[in-house]
Amino acid sequence: MEHYLSLLLKAIFIENMALSFFLGMCTFLAVSKKMETAVGLGIAVVVVQAITIPVNNLVFQYLLKLGALSWLGLPEIDLSFLGFITYIGVIAAIVQILEFFLDKYIPALYNALGIYLPLITVNCAILGGTLFMVEREYTFNESLVYGFGSGFGWTLAIISLAGIREKLKYSDVPNGLQGLGITFITAGLMALGFMSFSGIQL
Amino acid sequence: MSDSTKTLILSPVFSNNPITLQILGICSALAVTTTMSTSLVMAASVAVVTALSSMFISMLRHHIPSSIRIIAQMAIIASLVIVVDQILRAYAFSVSKQLSVFVGLIITNCIVMGRAEGFAMSNPPVASFWDGIGNGLGYGVILIIVAFFRELLGSGKILGLTLLDTVSNGGWYVPNGLMLLAPSAFFIIGLLIWGLRTIYINQCETPEYVIANQTKLMQ
Repeated sequence: MEHYLSLLLKAIFIENMALSFFLGMCTFLAVSKKMETAVGLGIAVVVVQAITIPVNNLVFQYLLKLGALSWLGLPEIDLSFLGFITYIGVIAAIVQILEFFLDKYIPALYNALGIYLPLITVNCAILGGTLFMVEREYTFNESLVYGFGSGFGWTLAIISLAGIREKLKYSDVPNGLQGLGITFITAGLMALGFMSFSGIQL
Repeated sequence: MSDSTKTLILSPVFSNNPITLQILGICSALAVTTTMSTSLVMAASVAVVTALSSMFISMLRHHIPSSIRIIAQMAIIASLVIVVDQILRAYAFSVSKQLSVFVGLIITNCIVMGRAEGFAMSNPPVASFWDGIGNGLGYGVILIIVAFFRELLGSGKILGLTLLDTVSNGGWYVPNGLMLLAPSAFFIIGLLIWGLRTIYINQCETPEYVIANQTKLMQ
């Protein structure tokens, strides 16, 4: 139990997807102008991340890894080079299914998240989470925790950036720094803040 | 080389840079800028993937139904990235280990998708190829500038050659540890954008909210 808690905290704070690995930056900077949209996108990322990472973990364990196909009587086959195309296919398919499912059964949530879902397929944080999971050889349970944690960390980062940018609107920024420039500097300062968690050991 | 090809290649490098102007493609890349060698490899990989994927997508553009075009583009891009990854593993294993997951993340790099969707779907293959090279280079230039400052100020070296003797080796330069950490990349890009927009003034964004001038005091 303690192991999972430590993994969760590590995924949320210490190895924050957005601020220490620069993942999902395009949407992180483009969609953080307003609090409402940032919250919407953030929730969508948590949901998709928490589903895709465990699913990709199963795909890796039982289809792609060296010896994974032994249940078919083919113990020597190593399909791990097909990883990238498989993971992105799985992510695209899950996002699509989620969209149909929400549209049919939870229309209120679909109306709130609908426009963000297609954006998520090409969000680097989602694919990045899967690739980190494969590289660090997480087990299925660990991947459940890691999926939720990394999505939540990203959400935390985009919501705080949106909060800062809403206030920043009223400040007197030099012409060249206006907009994108000052957002980068703000994100840098936030990354410095998040680094203060890096010494924590559980 | 004709003039239009030259514009296709050069305009994304300076005046219409995909990173500083369009906020595209910064996602996967900044984490590899701690040293020059990894960012050179990354820049080359992205340029190759962008150019080839634009070319192939442009060749197939009349055959891809528009309702499934995104997934068709994804399949082409992902296959090219797999090829690049396998080549790096075969011929530059140590660099490929340092780049870890970031080679795979070229798939979701917004520049590749952006050029496929924005240029290759409506232009012939050769022009798309040069456009891909240009945008790859525009991205590479930013990557290399960031890496130059981070490696020089962070460890006193460029491409492994010592330029500033660090104190730990008996020299005079005290390395700036912040440059090796994540936040420095944000600061460098922020300052770079500031610099570029001071030169190209028309790229400045208009503020959403202007502070009113102070009213004159009644004398």
